[in-house]
Amino acid sequence: MDVFIDTFLNGEVLAQYAPSILQGALVTVLLSVLIVIFGVAFGAARACLRAYRVRALAALIMIFADVFRALPPLVLILLIFFGLPNVGVVLSAPIVLFLVLSLVLGAFAEEIVWAGITATPKGQWEAARSTGLSHTQALIWVVLPQAIRMVIPPLTNRAIAITKMTALGMVIGVPDILGQATTAQSFSANASPLTLAAIAYVILFLPFVMASRWLEARFARPML
Amino acid sequence: MDAIVQQFFNFEIMGKALPLVLQGLLMTLLICCVVIPLGLLGGLLAALGSISERALLRWVCIVFVDLFRALPPLVLLIFIYAGLPFAGLRISPFAAVVVGFFLNNSAYFAEILRAGLLSVPKGQEEAARSTGMTGVQTLISVTLPQAVRNVLPDLLSNGVEIVKLTSIASVVSLGEMLHAAGLVRSLTYNASPLVLAAGIYLALLWPAIRVIAYYERRIAS
Repeated sequence: MDVFIDTFLNGEVLAQYAPSILQGALVTVLLSVLIVIFGVAFGAARACLRAYRVRALAALIMIFADVFRALPPLVLILLIFFGLPNVGVVLSAPIVLFLVLSLVLGAFAEEIVWAGITATPKGQWEAARSTGLSHTQALIWVVLPQAIRMVIPPLTNRAIAITKMTALGMVIGVPDILGQATTAQSFSANASPLTLAAIAYVILFLPFVMASRWLEARFARPML
Repeated sequence: MDAIVQQFFNFEIMGKALPLVLQGLLMTLLICCVVIPLGLLGGLLAALGSISERALLRWVCIVFVDLFRALPPLVLLIFIYAGLPFAGLRISPFAAVVVGFFLNNSAYFAEILRAGLLSVPKGQEEAARSTGMTGVQTLISVTLPQAVRNVLPDLLSNGVEIVKLTSIASVVSLGEMLHAAGLVRSLTYNASPLVLAAGIYLALLWPAIRVIAYYERRIAS
C-alpha cells in the first residue's frame, strides 16, 4: 500500500509539479475552447452551404466530412507536423493540433448539423419563404436555430470526445496537461504527475460529460 | 509542387514501407479483434448495471461510465504503461493497450447499450418472462436483439472510433500500423509512409462510414 501511495500520490512530487500541470491545464482549456468554436462554426457553415443543394458543392463537402471522419486524428497530426516542414511550411505544435482537431470536429459537426437541417419539417421552410424571407434568411432565422437545438446532445458528445483528444498533442510536444505530466514524470521518476494529470482531466471534462447526460435526458427525442 | 509530391506521394518510399506497414495493419486488426469484443462485453455489463434496480450497483456503474468518458484514452494508456512500472508492475505494451481500451470502450459501449435497452418496451420483457423464460434467457433472446437493432448505427460508429483509436497504441511503441509508418518516416525523413497508412485507414473505414450513414437515413425515415 505504501508503495502505491509513494508512487502515485507522492505529496512532495505532487506539490513540486502541480504548477506546471496547472499551466498545462490552461493550454488544454484554451485549445479546447478554440477547437470547439472553430470546429462547430466551420461545420455549421458547411452544413448551411449544403442546404443550397448545389450538387458539386454538396459532394465536395461530403467527401471532406468522410475523409476527416475516417482518418485517425493522430495520423493527421503526424502527417502535418512532420510532413509540412519539409515542403517549407513550418507550423508550431499547438497550431497543428488546433488545425487538425478543428477540421475533424468540423467534419463531424457538419454531418450532425446537416442531419438537423434535413430533420426540420418542410413546412418550416415553406412558411418562412411565404412570409417573404429569402432562402438564406429562412435558413439562418428559421431552420438553423431549430436544427441546432435538435442536435445539441450529439454535438456536445462529439465536442467532448474531440477536445479530449488535445491529449494527443503530447506526441508532438504540446505543453498541455499530458505533455507537462509526462515531462514531470520522467524528471521525477515517479508516477504522481500522471495521477495529477488524470485528476485534472476528470475535473475539466466530468462536468461536461454529466451535462451531456442531462441534455440527452432532456432532449430525449421529444420531436419524434 | 514537385517538392510536395516528393514529400507526400513518393511511391518508391511507399513501396519500401509497404511490407512493414502491412505487418502493422495485422497488429491493428489483432488489437481490434481483442478490444472490440471485450469492450462490448464490459459495456453490456455496465449498461445492465446502470439500469439495475439496485441503487448502489446503478451508481457504481454510472460513475464508472462517466469517469472513463471524461478521461482521454491516451492519458489512461500512458498511466497504465508508464505509471504502473514505478510500482513494480511491469506490463507489456499489448496488455496495456488491452486494459486501457477495455476501460475506455466499455464506458462508451455502456452508454450506447443503455440507450438501446431503455428503448425496448417493458412489455417485451414481461411477456418473455411470463412464458417461463429466465431473466438471462429473456435478455439474450428477447431484449438484447431489439436493443442492438435500435442502436446499431451508434454501435457501428463506436466501432469505427475504436479502429481509429488503435493508432494511439503507437505512443507506447506497440507495432501497429501508425507505429510502422512513423518508423519508416523517421528513417527516410519523408511523410509518404504516413500517407500510405492514411490511405489504408481510409480504405478500411470509408465503407463503414457509408454503411452507418445508410442505416441512419433508414432509421430517420
